[in-house]
Amino acid sequence: MIFMHNTRPDRTRPHLIGTLFACSIYLFLFLPIFVVILNSFNANKTKPYATFKGFTFEWYIKLFDNPALLSSFGNTLLVAFASTVLSVLIGTLAAVGMHRYKFKGKSAIDALLYIPVVIPEIILGISLLSVFAWVSIPRGLITLILSHVAFSTPFVIFTLRARLSGYDLTFEEAAMDLGANRIKTFAYVTLPLILPGILSGGLLAFTLSIDDVIISYFVNGTVKTFPLKVMESIKSGVAPDVNALSTLILLGTTGIVLLTQSGLFKSEAKS
Amino acid sequence: MNDQHDFLFFKFSNVRRMIMSEKEVLVKLRGINKQYGTNQVVKDLNLDIYKGEFLTLLGPSGCGKTTTLRMIAGFETPSSGEMTINGEDLINKEPFDRNINTVFQSYALFPHMSIYDNIAFGLKMKNMKKADIKPKVEEILELVQLTGFGGRFPHQLSGGQRQRIAIARALVNNPQVLLLDEPLGALDLKLRKQMQVELKRMQKKLGITFVYVTHDQEEALTMSDRIVVMNSGYLEQLGTPDEIYEKPRTKFVATFIGETNLFEATIAQVDEDEVLLNFETGCMRGLGKDFELDEIVYASVRPEKMNFGSSNFYKPSMPAVVKEHIYIGSIVKCIAMLPNGQEVKIQRLSGEPLPKPNEVINLYWEPEDATIMHSREDTLFSLIENVNLGGAYDDSK
Repeated sequence: MIFMHNTRPDRTRPHLIGTLFACSIYLFLFLPIFVVILNSFNANKTKPYATFKGFTFEWYIKLFDNPALLSSFGNTLLVAFASTVLSVLIGTLAAVGMHRYKFKGKSAIDALLYIPVVIPEIILGISLLSVFAWVSIPRGLITLILSHVAFSTPFVIFTLRARLSGYDLTFEEAAMDLGANRIKTFAYVTLPLILPGILSGGLLAFTLSIDDVIISYFVNGTVKTFPLKVMESIKSGVAPDVNALSTLILLGTTGIVLLTQSGLFKSEAKS
Repeated sequence: MNDQHDFLFFKFSNVRRMIMSEKEVLVKLRGINKQYGTNQVVKDLNLDIYKGEFLTLLGPSGCGKTTTLRMIAGFETPSSGEMTINGEDLINKEPFDRNINTVFQSYALFPHMSIYDNIAFGLKMKNMKKADIKPKVEEILELVQLTGFGGRFPHQLSGGQRQRIAIARALVNNPQVLLLDEPLGALDLKLRKQMQVELKRMQKKLGITFVYVTHDQEEALTMSDRIVVMNSGYLEQLGTPDEIYEKPRTKFVATFIGETNLFEATIAQVDEDEVLLNFETGCMRGLGKDFELDEIVYASVRPEKMNFGSSNFYKPSMPAVVKEHIYIGSIVKCIAMLPNGQEVKIQRLSGEPLPKPNEVINLYWEPEDATIMHSREDTLFSLIENVNLGGAYDDSK
């Protein structure tokens, strides 16, 4: 009995091989990011900027002298905000409607939602381009926003529907029972309860929009977004000012992640 | 001593008569039907709910009791029929325009609001001033014995506490009718018993009309002024708890409420208000009018009304063999078997003398203790031809 007990591996302590494996995975994940950060401080001025030749803030200063790069980032933010707001609006209405009502063809609509998600982006890009050409909308910011709404809305619906699946419609009945009309019921009960779902759906839409290259490439016209600008500039090695901007973006996103983890969406854990 | 007793009885019956005559119809349901596709859940329901009464809708799941409640609340619209409150039409009113509040089975307390905000919700929706809301919320918290809980959130409370808050949230609006949809279903037995008493106390204190849905017959018998027994969409019987228990009108009511012994019989003789019943294993008497000769009926006799054979040979009785005794604390149940194999339950207080197992006995009941009901059958099912009696009767000496 005692012998058998001793042969059993101790499950509370990490195994050496396991630790090494986990470390190597994290190294694999974070080394490229580290290289970008490192290169943004690299004093090497000759292409392809591969070796580290001392520490400098020069690229950060230079970054703000590069209006094309900065305006591309501005475009990215504009498109991301606009498309997030639109896709959250459409997605929320769709998800709430699909959760609440039973209607004919609901399962078909459900299945169709997956198509924009699983379809190769390049095909979505081509088809969007054809549609815009067909209805002759000039390509630019508008087409970029519309395209981003098109591919991010299903993601918003999926996130929200997952959130709603645990949402009891009795809450709404209780609100109406207590004298709240439909608008007040939505404002005081439905919206606060599904808000965490709306926020995470919106965050997903925002990140999808910010780093989209393929679809944007088809519909951008003359407008350059940040990812497109980066794609353009890497033909001759990654420019250090791109590294600098990437590092700043990285800082921003890490900040958002930390915020969300530290309890900005606490109500999600509560209910 | 005896005089005093009689006097008290007279007084009580007088008081009772006074209460009875004061009854005032609050909610009226006429010819209510509810259909989902081809599935008819509530069938031609006629019901008067009196002001200030504790009315229970009792029945097995799927009998239409919750649907009836939801129609009164306004969450479901009847397929046909009329519903009024104080003579005003109720059907075309939205749930938020009805002065009726509900205690939900799942409580449905808003998880993102504090207990205070939960209770204040209904008053806020009525645009009551904040200064007026506060004392009301505090008063109701005191009523449900949760003073000082206003700042907590629903997830910080126990099941029983949440239940009280759900009641408080509804009652604070001073509704004309309070609807309760199996509110005690999620509580453990001890807490449930305690809440039954408390709910009844609250209802009496506030004088608010309670419409209570449950499938628990004991709960219904303890708390209600009147009980509506429902089965597969129909109203089976409406009456006070003792009427429902003592004088069930249908086989369903007799078997659903409490324990009973049900016998099939034919009417052998009709007297003024008594009938002679012909059972497979003997002849017995029962009270009843409006029965025809040779009609097939059910006779229901409660286990506590069954008697072991006496030496009085003028009383008709049935032979049986005692099979076993089951002790349940203060009472003992005795199971006996008739010659046709039917088991009969007899209930006695612990300590009373009981015949021993395998003893052959005679069973009888007083005619007034048997409830005779019309049967919808047209042939008598013979148990004696369908049963294997085993060795029970061979062993008897």
